[in-house]
Amino acid sequence: MVNVNISNRIGKYTTFLCAVLIITITIAIIALIAFKGLSTFTRDGVSLRSFLFTTNWNPDATASEGGPFVGALPFIAGSVAVSLLALLFSAPFGIGIAIFMSEISAGWGRRIMQPVIELFVGIPSVVYGWIGLSVLVPFIRNHIGGMGFSLLAGSIVLAIMIFPTLASVSTDSFNANPADIREASLALGVTHWQTIFMVMFPAAMPGVLTAIVLALARAFGEALAVQMVIGNAIRLPTALLSPMHTMTSIITMEMSNTVMGTVSNDVLWSIAFILLLISFTFIMLIRTINRGRAVR
Amino acid sequence: MITPRNSDRIAAVIFYLIAFLVSALLAALIGYILWQGLRVINWHFLISPPSFEAGGGIGPEIFNSLMLLVLTMILTVPLGLGVGIYLSEFAGDNQVTRMIRICIETLASLPSIVIGIFGLLLFVTILKWGFSILSGVMALTVLNLPVMSRIAEDAIGNVHKDLREASLALGATQWQTIVNVVLVAAIPGLVTGIILSSGRVFGEAAALLYTAGVTTPALQFHNLNPFSSNSPFYLFRPAETLAVHIWKVNSEGVAPDSRQIADGASAILIIMVLLFNVTSRWLGRLIYAKKTGQ
Repeated sequence: MVNVNISNRIGKYTTFLCAVLIITITIAIIALIAFKGLSTFTRDGVSLRSFLFTTNWNPDATASEGGPFVGALPFIAGSVAVSLLALLFSAPFGIGIAIFMSEISAGWGRRIMQPVIELFVGIPSVVYGWIGLSVLVPFIRNHIGGMGFSLLAGSIVLAIMIFPTLASVSTDSFNANPADIREASLALGVTHWQTIFMVMFPAAMPGVLTAIVLALARAFGEALAVQMVIGNAIRLPTALLSPMHTMTSIITMEMSNTVMGTVSNDVLWSIAFILLLISFTFIMLIRTINRGRAVR
Repeated sequence: MITPRNSDRIAAVIFYLIAFLVSALLAALIGYILWQGLRVINWHFLISPPSFEAGGGIGPEIFNSLMLLVLTMILTVPLGLGVGIYLSEFAGDNQVTRMIRICIETLASLPSIVIGIFGLLLFVTILKWGFSILSGVMALTVLNLPVMSRIAEDAIGNVHKDLREASLALGATQWQTIVNVVLVAAIPGLVTGIILSSGRVFGEAAALLYTAGVTTPALQFHNLNPFSSNSPFYLFRPAETLAVHIWKVNSEGVAPDSRQIADGASAILIIMVLLFNVTSRWLGRLIYAKKTGQ
């Protein structure tokens, strides 16, 4: 029989090793992507300024043609535009559902909406992309204008995909409000809506902001669904009905067409590195928002 | 006239309307997928391999998806449990613990395409595993590990303190308490979480494009030798999954009936996800009822 004290110690160290593995994986990912992403600037001699702020994208152009041109601004601006627009479409519904589930109909309404939200989460992103492609894109083409593949199509698909994050995190935040403040407000003769709007909503604000940041993080990182409907044209997102590109969609499309170690491949890693930095920023934002509150 | 009483009523109506719209959208989405897909699905579609001509199926893709799911779960469940147990039972309030939590958060927030190209670099290129089941499983493990760790930590953390203390008071060691008392009490939460995250893994495509690949070699399903290259169980063969197939059919579909194929594959994917969802609820409830003797 194994000595119980030894098994106790073995157990502790085994689980600790699992935790160390997570740290190792995280550091490995960050190190590899940073190394590959930075080599665009260190080895290939591309200037950070032209990468971030110019719009001319032709990494295959030879030096005699004045290349390589690696202006990634269209992709960065595209990701920002499609994510913010998706948030704009989705936030009223996500926060509205949170209020509905926590304040308006916490009984049967919640029992119905909870599985609804979970099913929205469950639908895989390629299926969202596929519906966008077969329903939304033709609809926009026939009834609104343009080719259909557009910023509008991308942000509507994304809006549906980030809705569950917005709804569930905001709901948790509303539910965490102490019942006392609601009752105090109602006891003062304030109506239900006024209580929600002026008491419950401000109290839930940090949680709602967390929900918004998490939703944005998901929007920035989504690749295939957006890539399928957004048209993948390299241009600045200036019109709702024009096709455009995002950071994730250029990585998805070009990674297999480029050879490792070339400038055209390295810049894709630089874009991935920017995605990584963006998710760091979001994590820091969430930590700042929740500073002083119990948060995992 | 807009009195506080009226605006209260209007607000209530608007919130009910939002809830109705959202539910209607979900019903429309799922209804549309199933309606479009079920017209395509038949036995031939489910078992035959894809083809360049009309009439191809998705048999190997379904097999690949299930294979990747099972292998990923075999890796992530124990590892995630380990992290969950450590964080909820052993971890002190110190730098190391904070570091672990930051890493879990970071991993969880990484875009899956970034995990995919990390897999392309490390597993496919540096370790020379090529586009293979093994590379795909590793990428999915990286993707699912933070999720699994959180599920495990939550499920274990929700076990009542009394149970732990009762066990320790009987003279059990901490490890005996964890294995024989805490983990057993955490089973409903664990099972629900594992099945729900299986649904996510099953539908993942972005992390697999550049790891498990977008092709499947011709497989001999009667060849069960895992070391032979046309065996379905050969770990170093490319394995296009159902979700990846939907993407590929759309972006480079050559078969004339690629629209029908994507419809059918989407429906299968949705049906599987619904199954995972229902099973997790049902199992969670069943285990809870058994344990509490109701």
